[in-house]
Amino acid sequence: MRINLTSVLVDDQEKARAFYTDVLGFVLKHDIPLGADRWLTVVSPQDPQGTELLLEPSGHPAAKPFKDALVADGIPFTSFAVDDVAAEHERLSGLGVRFTQAPTAMGPVTTAVFDDTCGNLIQISQYNG
Amino acid sequence: MLAYGGGVADVFKALADPTRRTILDELTLRNGQTLFEICARLTTNHGLSSSRQSVSQHLDILEAAGLVETRREGRYKFHYINTAPLGPIMGRWGNQPGKDSEGRPNSGATTEGAGSA
Repeated sequence: MRINLTSVLVDDQEKARAFYTDVLGFVLKHDIPLGADRWLTVVSPQDPQGTELLLEPSGHPAAKPFKDALVADGIPFTSFAVDDVAAEHERLSGLGVRFTQAPTAMGPVTTAVFDDTCGNLIQISQYNG
Repeated sequence: MLAYGGGVADVFKALADPTRRTILDELTLRNGQTLFEICARLTTNHGLSSSRQSVSQHLDILEAAGLVETRREGRYKFHYINTAPLGPIMGRWGNQPGKDSEGRPNSGATTEGAGSA
């Protein structure tokens, strides 16, 4: 059994497609109509055959209160690895991304947390030295 | 000053807990933190194993004492330190380090230029 997929619950799949590709820099992998929704996945250009990120509709009634509670407390839904958190923070801020936590050294990693505009906070993380 | 009431006692009680003092230390380093960031800093910088719920309760106590303000900014909640409640404590025992409440040097300090008692 392999871990081939992870997912994020997004308020709007089209908005998420644009944010996760145009802003974050992921690459579209699958975009398959599924009734009113889409099976929408992106991958990292650094690992095109690697784990896919599914941008899932957050239609279930439990999803919104769950997401709202995490966001209020500053809790990211998931975390992505980057080579340089400070550089990504500067690049993304320049593109209008809102951070709830500026780059901070946290033990063996440096992390930052931003809003994905689709109802989630996302963490980016780099290993220090 | 005799009008102490519950307010100042709240401040002393809030400050009595070492985790709460550490929270104030971290907010002094960077003000305006989410609960997530406060928890992460306590764990990684101080090795504290407090649960998120426990940290949240500490923040409630600090907020009741006026030492922390929680502000809702859009969908996020940020916590800010407020040192104003410490003012009455400084005033209670004199506000000049090394001198008593009437400005006289504490014993051991020089008395040059001091007025007659």
